[in-house]
Amino acid sequence: MRISLMTTCLADVMAPDVARSTVILLERLGHEVVYDPRQTCCGQMHTNTGYYSEAAPVVRHFVDTFERQLDDVDAIVMPSGSCTGCVRDQHRLVAQHEQDEDLEKRAGAVAAKTYELSELLVDVLKTTDVGAYFPHSVTYHPTCHSMRILKVGPRPIKLLRAVEGIEVVNLPESSTCCGFGGTFSVKNSDTSNAMVTDKAANVVRSGAEFVVAGDASCLMNIGGKLARNGDAPRPIHLAQILASTREDPFVPSAEMLGRAS
Amino acid sequence: MSTVHLGMPGVRPQHASPGSSHLRGDRSFPAKARTELANPVLRQNLQHATSTIQAKRASVVREVRDWQKLRDAGSALKWQVTDHLPEMLVQLEESVQAAGGTVHWARDAEEAGEIVTRLVLERGQQEVLKVKSMATQEIGLNETLAHAGVHAIESDLAELIVQLAGDTPSHILVPAIHRNRAEIREIFLRTMPDLDPSITDDPAELAGAARRFLREKFLDMSGSVAISGGNFAVADTGTVAVVESEGNGRMCLTLPRTLITVLGIEKIVPSFQDLEVFLQLLPRSSTGERMNPYTTLFTGVAEGDGPQEFHLVLLDNGRSAVLADPEGRSALHCIRCSACLNVCPVYERTGGHAYGSTYPGPIGAILSPQMTGVTGPDDPNASLPYASSLCGACYDVCPVKIDIPSILVHLRAKEVDQRREASGQFHGTWDVAMRGASKLMSSPRAYDAAVRASSALGAVKRTGNIGKLPSALPLIPGWTDHRDLPVPRQSFRSWWKDRERHGGAPAPRPDGDGPEDSPASGEDA
Repeated sequence: MRISLMTTCLADVMAPDVARSTVILLERLGHEVVYDPRQTCCGQMHTNTGYYSEAAPVVRHFVDTFERQLDDVDAIVMPSGSCTGCVRDQHRLVAQHEQDEDLEKRAGAVAAKTYELSELLVDVLKTTDVGAYFPHSVTYHPTCHSMRILKVGPRPIKLLRAVEGIEVVNLPESSTCCGFGGTFSVKNSDTSNAMVTDKAANVVRSGAEFVVAGDASCLMNIGGKLARNGDAPRPIHLAQILASTREDPFVPSAEMLGRAS
Repeated sequence: MSTVHLGMPGVRPQHASPGSSHLRGDRSFPAKARTELANPVLRQNLQHATSTIQAKRASVVREVRDWQKLRDAGSALKWQVTDHLPEMLVQLEESVQAAGGTVHWARDAEEAGEIVTRLVLERGQQEVLKVKSMATQEIGLNETLAHAGVHAIESDLAELIVQLAGDTPSHILVPAIHRNRAEIREIFLRTMPDLDPSITDDPAELAGAARRFLREKFLDMSGSVAISGGNFAVADTGTVAVVESEGNGRMCLTLPRTLITVLGIEKIVPSFQDLEVFLQLLPRSSTGERMNPYTTLFTGVAEGDGPQEFHLVLLDNGRSAVLADPEGRSALHCIRCSACLNVCPVYERTGGHAYGSTYPGPIGAILSPQMTGVTGPDDPNASLPYASSLCGACYDVCPVKIDIPSILVHLRAKEVDQRREASGQFHGTWDVAMRGASKLMSSPRAYDAAVRASSALGAVKRTGNIGKLPSALPLIPGWTDHRDLPVPRQSFRSWWKDRERHGGAPAPRPDGDGPEDSPASGEDA
């Protein structure tokens, strides 16, 4: 298949290895990945903070960029539950706020072809065993928007369980929010800190070497707390585990969400 | 704003009265939360209580095979009510009058307070018994009565604890959730004159002490007045339903001569049969019980049986303003089960007092600002729609499917729109940052350049992550005060470009500690 990658702005800048891993994984599975460097952001930060009018040009640019490819690609993939949720549920709201019916229609067409990574793998590419190798213990944080907006359900866990050498251990209170919430982490930084403190403690309690999730933003939050505390577990994105193989295994770097090899 | 008729001619939507209403705190949510978060006992009390109720709820909800259909039914009935509220209110008024009751209309907290006070004083009473009620808490009724020399006694155990402590409730269902049993023992010893000091903090002993204290009041009720709220009011029969656990409510609803019920206008259900839906949804969602111990239904007045006078006070106090917003009005569907509080990771950590209103938690965050209206960016209620990480747990548990996260975002947008439209108000730190980011992220060339520039930081800081940053920088320290931030390195877009230059596959990995592509390799996007 021909798959267009929307990296998300956060992964592009702060967690590029998540986007690279998505490319490596999909190419290994025999698919062609295309990337349009004109892409920027899905507009989630603006939308969720209530800045609909400021989100509108960002959404318009998103739709302009990916609409061009609609006839040439089979799917658009985003390695993020919350950004995919924004494309699917909120672009429509922003268009309605701007009373732009044409944008609403076009955004709907782009959204219909847009998938979060685990959705793409399981639902579109019909695979759960991607031939990955990751000889470590991991604990899975479901992330709120993957779980409650996209309802990806067991897809990520199925993908993880099929990885060779992996041990998936239980995360206490896994379904509780990590406290990121976009601008919430800054506007209500004390409450957000109380939430991520508990999440990090539960990750440590799980005994896993890695905490895995489908959203780089939540991982940056949890990982940032673990790093500040000097705790051992490291954050890792689902794409990074699935990209890791016996021939080319994942070797963690000193940087959050990066890789050394 | 469009006119919404509320059974009264020519009435326009109106916000809650700021005077008596307990719907707005004195400080913003982040400021109050900071204080509450610093209290480890509060945190422990809340964590224990909310996780216990949450687990009970989950287990009894799992038993009901058609739970999702029940939720759909509850939601549909509530939409029917909001769509036809004016007609149904008139129907309710007629039904109550036909059953021998009297109906009073109260525009706001002051009007409701005046009506109730007048009724009590006209009957020569200095003391009234109360059934736990959110509406009377909302309008500050106890304080209004006290002004007129009338002492109101709360008969609900938790409400009594709050009242004796001179405290305010912090939860819809369990108002004293922020107290543990040792604290409750102290409160009782301090405020119940005849209490044996050897009492322990065993819950049964504490309940026994409260029972003795209240029974004396109940025994003295001939000729007396009791005040209640109501969970549901049936439009076609005039029946009011009160759902409770302790039986104290039942005493208040049956023993006095005069019963006054204060009811928000949104509490209507269309017909008696609809109670079957809500009486299944409510106990499982709120206390995690299959059925609550006491459900009292009363219809007007019956000669020789129960109160011989019944007054129903129908309260607006900002509800008409909520109704006027098509996207926010389903906040009125709330049946006050408090499942959203118990499941909310924000509420669990800050407690109810941080919200500053009678209605705390996720439902309070959408209800309070809509009822009061928001006067400007410094209004404490302006901060409530932001008191959520939008995790969505509240929506999943709501028995009437109120989409709280979407309404939170809608209210944020409404507030931002108001400021954008008012001249000279759109210059805050966030406004400037969001406008800037909007420009940047809708211009691919500018964005590309910014991404490349960000990796310059990687050249300065060669290893590890970003630690605490000085507070002089806007916004970022909110993050780095508490956690590290990754150092931007070679961006994905630059890696992709390198890779294309090398003819596509195989994909070379960036070298671990190098900055963005060197200036020599910089090229136009």
